[in-house]
Amino acid sequence: MRDVAVVGFAQRQMREMEGSPTCVELLVPIFAELFESTGWTKSDVDFWCSGSSDYLAGRSFSFVSAVDAIGALPPVVESHVEMDAAWAMYEAWVKISMGEADTALVYGFGKSSAGQLRRTLALQLDPYVLGPLWPDTVSIAALQARLGLEQGQWDEKEMASVVARSRASGADNPYAVVAGETSVDELLAEQMYADPLRKHDCAPVSDGAAAVVLAAEDRATETVARPAWITGIEHRADGQSLGLRDLTRSPSTAGAAAALGGSGGVNGVDTAELYAPFSHQELILRRELGLSDSVSVNPSGGVLCGNPMFAAGLVRVGEAANRVMAGTSDRALAHATSGPALQQNLLCLLEGRS
Amino acid sequence: MGKQLAAVIGVGQTHHRAKREDVSIAGLCREAVDRALEDAGVGFDDIDAVVLGKAPDLFEGVMMPELFLAEALGAVGKPLLRVHTAGSVGGSTAIVASSLVQAGVHGRVLAVAFEKQSESNAMWALSVPVPFIMPVHAGAGGYFAPHVRSYIRRAEAPEHIGAMVAAKDRRNACKNPYAHLHQPDTTMESVMASQMLWDPIRYDETCPSSDGACAVVIGDESAAASVTNPAWIHATAMRTEPTTAAERDQVNPQAGREAAAALWKQAGITDPLAEIDAAEIYVPFSWFEPMWIENLGFSVEGEGWKLTESGETEIGGTLPINPSGGVLSSNPIGASGMLRFAEAALQVMGEAGEHQVDGARKALGHAYGGGSQFFAMWVVGSERPAA
Repeated sequence: MRDVAVVGFAQRQMREMEGSPTCVELLVPIFAELFESTGWTKSDVDFWCSGSSDYLAGRSFSFVSAVDAIGALPPVVESHVEMDAAWAMYEAWVKISMGEADTALVYGFGKSSAGQLRRTLALQLDPYVLGPLWPDTVSIAALQARLGLEQGQWDEKEMASVVARSRASGADNPYAVVAGETSVDELLAEQMYADPLRKHDCAPVSDGAAAVVLAAEDRATETVARPAWITGIEHRADGQSLGLRDLTRSPSTAGAAAALGGSGGVNGVDTAELYAPFSHQELILRRELGLSDSVSVNPSGGVLCGNPMFAAGLVRVGEAANRVMAGTSDRALAHATSGPALQQNLLCLLEGRS
Repeated sequence: MGKQLAAVIGVGQTHHRAKREDVSIAGLCREAVDRALEDAGVGFDDIDAVVLGKAPDLFEGVMMPELFLAEALGAVGKPLLRVHTAGSVGGSTAIVASSLVQAGVHGRVLAVAFEKQSESNAMWALSVPVPFIMPVHAGAGGYFAPHVRSYIRRAEAPEHIGAMVAAKDRRNACKNPYAHLHQPDTTMESVMASQMLWDPIRYDETCPSSDGACAVVIGDESAAASVTNPAWIHATAMRTEPTTAAERDQVNPQAGREAAAALWKQAGITDPLAEIDAAEIYVPFSWFEPMWIENLGFSVEGEGWKLTESGETEIGGTLPINPSGGVLSSNPIGASGMLRFAEAALQVMGEAGEHQVDGARKALGHAYGGGSQFFAMWVVGSERPAA
């Protein structure tokens, strides 16, 4: 297989976007920014792939309108996943690996503020048994956090530490919608939101879009001085039935990490961008990944500082890749999740070469 | 390591009906999946990854249903992808599954597509008014009728061509036990006499709304060695054009023309009419047969209807189109594209039963979606593609 690298990343995030749920208003400037940073034009992109959700937009075919952002004729080679755009990047990586494309532009977008996100996501549950009870995302996450607390797998202080570290890191991220210095004691003094979760344990409901540029071999080295080479990308799904899963574990994350085992795998990364929309989920992911304390986790602040649905997984890849391209990381891990209680997980290893 | 060979090694589909109240969504998918696995002679343990495709989630009212279907699709512990590219999605899903094999990532991939349209009203689900976006109004028929009218005017086509297509596809469907509509008495005259819905599209010239699913197992060279009659994938192509460009020609879209040109080139085909033995083309309204004949390059512009009128698109003609009965006889939207791809595979595998085109060696599967803007197509053959 050919070597493929991330050579560009752009994003926009905000609490509430004043625009259409197809986010064309965000995608056009994002593409323009990437064309400027890569020196490319539309005709340099061999393959386009996006990730988004009709339910989030409250309509059918929201991605069809988003295609308008690519521009008019000539036609493009294009595909779409009804998933976080990190999985769209996986599809693009496959296309480049097999030699059907040398370059790709992958984008994702989501306007969660258009509806009530926790209720909307409840529609992901099986429509016969669990869905009709309407357990929403926050409530399911609270049950998961409660299980871990009662089993002694984590405590409230560890959860609050995740939030404090994330918010402190987010202070340096211009796209963070929530950020700033705080302390574990201050956080624990806050009232309960969905016991045992406090509001800060949950990712904020926010809007945004992001795009990543991929290129193969020579195209990558021509485009940026230090491409972020994708040395491994794997994803796995767990079953959904909440009653059949041990919610304190994430076998799909462990499975994807095991599949990355070649040449050291996840061991040896210096940076990890993890998509953990609830503080305790970061603790689950860190344990499944076996990350040591020396790894810088979510230097961007992570999704506890801003969670543009269907783009946030791709943002993790972009944030990790940016650090590799800038030379502040040699080996970074990016993670994306989807579905109730970390049902589906993707891992991507990015490496700089001197 | 370049592009690897890939082949369809198993095909399955449901009995398509207006309402499949006897099965859940998972049950509907499993009916197709179990048949595909059996056809390939494999079990879930032999499958490396699952790709699911379907059209808008609003049709069933479940957001990203692949998540709750993970167990039923045997995807637990495996990579699971969900594709959505509008009406072309069934075709795109098969292409994404193929590329996983062609890239050398996996040895055997299960591709599944479904729609259970009886869970909602598809026509109106397609017509949700969206601020600042041109309304579709009255479903797909209302959207496409002006393009059909424009085709008739531009090609100076006689009025009965659409009815000929509808009568042919309904007759073909009688040879396909899985088809939704079995209407042996349909004739060109009876179609002409049916109610005008969206002038010039009559009731009998429209596709039904169906519950149904389709599944294919795609394998690499060693997986293909375990079956006697793999359908080798010779070429795949996808092209997209945006919705709102004033210069678009929706009668003969550039995205379709460019996808076809790329497809024929990749498959080493210089004369598609002579070299393709059977074509499963996405024809949801009868007039799209002559329109796509031209768009795909089987004839020059303006002459597609002549191929239909001469009877050459019947089983036994130069280019049998939709021997299965096509979308006009079964239309579970998300699965319709994969059904075209799968029926093309069945033809070259020699497994099409009563609607088998004698001696088919190369076949086309085609799907389109949105406002004639998303195209997916493949060529499959009974022989390995030439190196």
